Amino acid sequence: MSDTISPPSTHVRMGSSRGQPLTRRDGLLKVTGTATFAADNNPQGLVHAVVAVSAIARGRVASLDVTAAKAHPGVIEVITPANRPPLAIDPDQKTGLFGFRFEALQNDRVRYAKQPIALVVAETLEAATEGARLLSPTYEAEAARMGFDDGERYDPPAIGIGAPTNFVRGDIAAGHAAAVHSIKTDYRTPAQYHNAMEPHAIVAEWDGDRLTIDSPNQAIVMSRGLFAGYFGIPAENVFLRSPFLGGGFGSKAIMPGPYILAILAARMLGRPVKLVLPRDQMYGPVGHRGATEQTLRLAMDADGHLTALEHHATAQTSSFDEFIEPAANASHNLYASPAIETRQQAVRVDIGTPGPMRAPGEASGSAALECAIDEAALACGLDSLEFRLRNYAETDPASGKPFSAKALRECYSRGAERFGWAGRPLAPRQMRDKAGHLVGWGMGSALFPAPMFMAEARATLRADGTALVETAGADMGQGAWTALAQIAADGLGLDIEQVEFRSGASDLPDGGVAGGSGHTATAGSALYNAGTDAIAKLAELASSDPDSPLFGSGNAGVEARGGRLYHREDETRSQSYAEILSRAGVATLEGTGKGGRDPAQAEARAMFSHGAVFAEVKVDPDLGQMRVTRLVGAFAAGRIVNPRLATSQLYGGMIWGLSFALHEEAIHDRRSGRPLNADLAGYHIPVHADIPAMDAILVDEDDPYVNGLGIKGVGEIGITGTVGAIANAIWHATGVRAHRFPIRIEDLIA
Amino acid sequence: MTLSISLTVNGVRTDVAIDDPRVTLLDLLRERLHLTGTKKGCDRGQCGACTVLVDGRRINSCLALAVSHDGAEVLTIEGLASGDRLHPVQAAFIDNDGFQCGFCTPGQIMSAIGLIAEAETGDDPERIREAMSGNLCRCGAHVGIIEAVLDARNRLAEDERRTA
Amino acid sequence: MNQFEYLRPASVAEAVAAASEPGAAFLAAGTNLLDLMKLGALRPSRLVDVTRLPELSNVEQLDGGGFRIGALVRNADLAREPAFAAAFPSVAEALLSGASAQLRNAASVGGNLMQHTRCAYFQDPASACNRRDPGTGCDALTGENRSHAVLGWSNACIATHPSDFSVPLVALDAVVEIAGPDGRREMALEDLYPLPDAHRAPESGLRPGEMVVSLRLPPEAASFRAHARYLKLRERTSFAFALVSAAAALRIEDGRILQARLALGAVAARPWRARAAEALLFGAVPSAENFGRAADAALADARPSGDNGFKIELARRVIKRVLLLAADGTPERMPALPASAFNLENGAVAHV
Repeated sequence: MSDTISPPSTHVRMGSSRGQPLTRRDGLLKVTGTATFAADNNPQGLVHAVVAVSAIARGRVASLDVTAAKAHPGVIEVITPANRPPLAIDPDQKTGLFGFRFEALQNDRVRYAKQPIALVVAETLEAATEGARLLSPTYEAEAARMGFDDGERYDPPAIGIGAPTNFVRGDIAAGHAAAVHSIKTDYRTPAQYHNAMEPHAIVAEWDGDRLTIDSPNQAIVMSRGLFAGYFGIPAENVFLRSPFLGGGFGSKAIMPGPYILAILAARMLGRPVKLVLPRDQMYGPVGHRGATEQTLRLAMDADGHLTALEHHATAQTSSFDEFIEPAANASHNLYASPAIETRQQAVRVDIGTPGPMRAPGEASGSAALECAIDEAALACGLDSLEFRLRNYAETDPASGKPFSAKALRECYSRGAERFGWAGRPLAPRQMRDKAGHLVGWGMGSALFPAPMFMAEARATLRADGTALVETAGADMGQGAWTALAQIAADGLGLDIEQVEFRSGASDLPDGGVAGGSGHTATAGSALYNAGTDAIAKLAELASSDPDSPLFGSGNAGVEARGGRLYHREDETRSQSYAEILSRAGVATLEGTGKGGRDPAQAEARAMFSHGAVFAEVKVDPDLGQMRVTRLVGAFAAGRIVNPRLATSQLYGGMIWGLSFALHEEAIHDRRSGRPLNADLAGYHIPVHADIPAMDAILVDEDDPYVNGLGIKGVGEIGITGTVGAIANAIWHATGVRAHRFPIRIEDLIA
Repeated sequence: MTLSISLTVNGVRTDVAIDDPRVTLLDLLRERLHLTGTKKGCDRGQCGACTVLVDGRRINSCLALAVSHDGAEVLTIEGLASGDRLHPVQAAFIDNDGFQCGFCTPGQIMSAIGLIAEAETGDDPERIREAMSGNLCRCGAHVGIIEAVLDARNRLAEDERRTA
Repeated sequence: MNQFEYLRPASVAEAVAAASEPGAAFLAAGTNLLDLMKLGALRPSRLVDVTRLPELSNVEQLDGGGFRIGALVRNADLAREPAFAAAFPSVAEALLSGASAQLRNAASVGGNLMQHTRCAYFQDPASACNRRDPGTGCDALTGENRSHAVLGWSNACIATHPSDFSVPLVALDAVVEIAGPDGRREMALEDLYPLPDAHRAPESGLRPGEMVVSLRLPPEAASFRAHARYLKLRERTSFAFALVSAAAALRIEDGRILQARLALGAVAARPWRARAAEALLFGAVPSAENFGRAADAALADARPSGDNGFKIELARRVIKRVLLLAADGTPERMPALPASAFNLENGAVAHV
């Protein structure tokens, strides 16, 4: 792989930092407990707020015993719809694509269980917690609608974040007519909750009409504007700090009602307020992955080529807002078929509004698609990998456009080789380990879009030759502090130790959204371009200085590395940044940059990351207990900024895939609508003992079109492919095809 | 009713007046002593983020009533490094990329230190995974965490062998 | 959690006196009590902290081979006590298969035995629950009850007891020693867990103010040490409650079973002793076939309490497997994954 890269209009030699497996720059803070998460802030005069939540899923609150709550020692204030001060924007108003309706005590209606119905503020956390319980609400309850058959079914105007609901390309009827083999299959996926280890938290403090907020946030500058909007103050009056997020996964890009209530309380009381959601309240007002029911019909010719691919999905949403898990869209871009049809419906149930959760749509859609593909391979008598290769899409099946880059074939071959896929028996129940456990191997293809959003950045060269780079990016564990600093250092031709990186606060240039696996590409491009801009200005200074060895070389005539500018044709002519600045009498030199997709490239090409995941599972033949024993993934996702962190990200995604396949499921009581496992004991995510030997292969991919840096994303793709690979491995071990997730013991022992 | 208890926190003896017996050891550390390195992930003993060592044993501080631990010695993440020198487990977590978001990390590290002191796993990764299973991680940093624990455990065992 | 009075008595007698008041509860480590108080499922007005009581923290080997274990001995310490673990390997295995290392380090023996059901409806104060609030009904009966009882349940309550520890203990005829306002008494551990009747689901066999001060294993319990196992089926490889579990202990001589002990976990409001199955195994050859018959006998009276019929078949298979494991012999070393189906040390016994 070349270590130089020449994005349009730049001339700086790059690659000294990028591609290096640096350890995390925030590592020291995180292993010593000194990384400050939102709830770690304890400003002077702090009071604690606790939300009281509804025990019914539909109806209205009939009474709250405010007197009892206030009588509890330490309780200062109780906010209910009766005394809640006005907001500048109605929480039931839509505020754009990411703006969801929420509950901030605008009325006494209850729309889902665990909905906020009051806020109690007290001198201590213990008093606020008990105060909230003492409200002893009574309700006028209406029957909760919780199942796919209970709620109103409808055709949503859009799915996901503004994506078209339905899609047809080619002649589906003709595809079915031409088929020699066909399958029709159904899959169900449950409601899942993000459950970042750090619960949603906020510390809010007013100073006149200025508001300081400490709160984990995936879209800092956008959220600043939203916070300001609800309180009718200018955006610049809000200072939002989010240096670290204890995980986000999509749930911390959206405004939750409890935050607004905490800020209101801080204004009412004139004191800083801390509010941390208890774990059970993470199963209500902060989004989730909506449950789906999916049906796939696949038709194949005699050679195992798809002739039609139909993927229909129904997703649950809330009774009052919409986020439709775009599951069927997973079938758009992966397998070649002359006819593809996807359709989506929605069902309104009495649950909090779903939202984007790590690989929204891609995760649940890929789970069903990759199982269906294995069923189709079986119907054709073909090996799972061979079937996927026969249906390899050379161009984007949905648009017909070329891919900006696609190294899936290499992912398949390298993953299969590392795993040892060759020789896998086609029939199930053929392999056992020495203890007699059934062993199964399965695979799945991984695919994730490579989007870019908009970001800005600033790079400031300082008199001593070091630099400050700034963008309001969010590090929620993906390693932004490190990877973005690496890119920024390259943009400036500096060693990373010479670069001070500031991020995670709303007074910095807008770093965009940390989501959609597009943050590194977007904010990284902005930082890189800011560095390029600063270096161009520096080159102008040197070039116009008659006493500089670089005099007259012009911007295009120099290259930057190691804190010096070098003449392009004569390396003996060079000058340090510090010297150039000093001779020009310039204390600091500032460059700015933007990151975003080139619209022409976006129009011309389909841009995706690809991968292949191989899984080995063991299943107890009598008891049905399952364990994943090996996971190998091979991923092609453009240029890798930091292989160490990218590998960790891919592992994380694959572990989410394992969790999806075997563990996660929120269970709601059908009558009350209350979540019954709103904790981390009943809602299972895998523990260490569930995580097997893992391997993530980073397949080199040069993508000159996706952006100037060739960067895609690695945060979400690991889930896709993995769910199917594990489910297919369980089929291969047992001969039983489970049609729901998570796969349960009772599915296997019938 | 105010109860006075005495704790030794990270080697420093502290007298604490507790005006409310409901205060857990976790909330005492975080909200009253402002030692916020110890995290609250679930408050119910289900995630391990609040793990500290009490009298040398790893426990969930969220399910420990502070008043009931009068006289205890408490070691938290803040008490591990000596000056600039990290505890070997801390260093191993950085070297092995044993975390992503970092929120569960103090608990994972304290649990790993407790595990090594218990001396029951040897260098068997399966036993280490089992013994670390009380510490959840949502980012999916498990592979690095187990490598870090194994790495640190082996380093410490080697040190011990040499000094023995 | 609600406000409460906190007392730290200096003697068992003081503790018992303090806990005899209505609304009082004993506090040991608190790993279950505090959890339920945070949920509002339990609201004691007085906590009697017994953690400083003298003489309840010893593990004592009795004349004749039995053991007495003080109620305040920590779960992890008991499992690590070499003489105890050697005499009662299935008890140590059960202990180490429960909860997490942190919880085992904190939780006491008495607290483990006295822990409450994990039925979600019991834990949720907004739900009807005869066990928590007598006379309110049982929302589990017509609710989400996939993991609920298949033995010994009534329409009043279908909860299961969650302890792993108590399953081999009941199989081994363990006894609890109790201190109370009327002095000391003892009872079979099994009787500490009353089954629900048609209307009521009492939490324990203790009277107000009584506390478990020690646990006793009779001498003959150690005679099974060569063939004693615990097997726990669960939905994570670790740190999960059992879906079904079983403890088996065998005395085998000359290829015949002289004595068999068998108890099931997570299927009833008490650890379920399978005496009919034990009787069937008397004098039998340890074989898959005989173990299958024993499993059928153990589940003869089982019936689903809801959407959980699969647990009956699962329990049969768990019994068969745990008996095979026990017959195979206690492993020399504690398995890497205690009580798990995924131990390679188990040898070739899968697919029975």
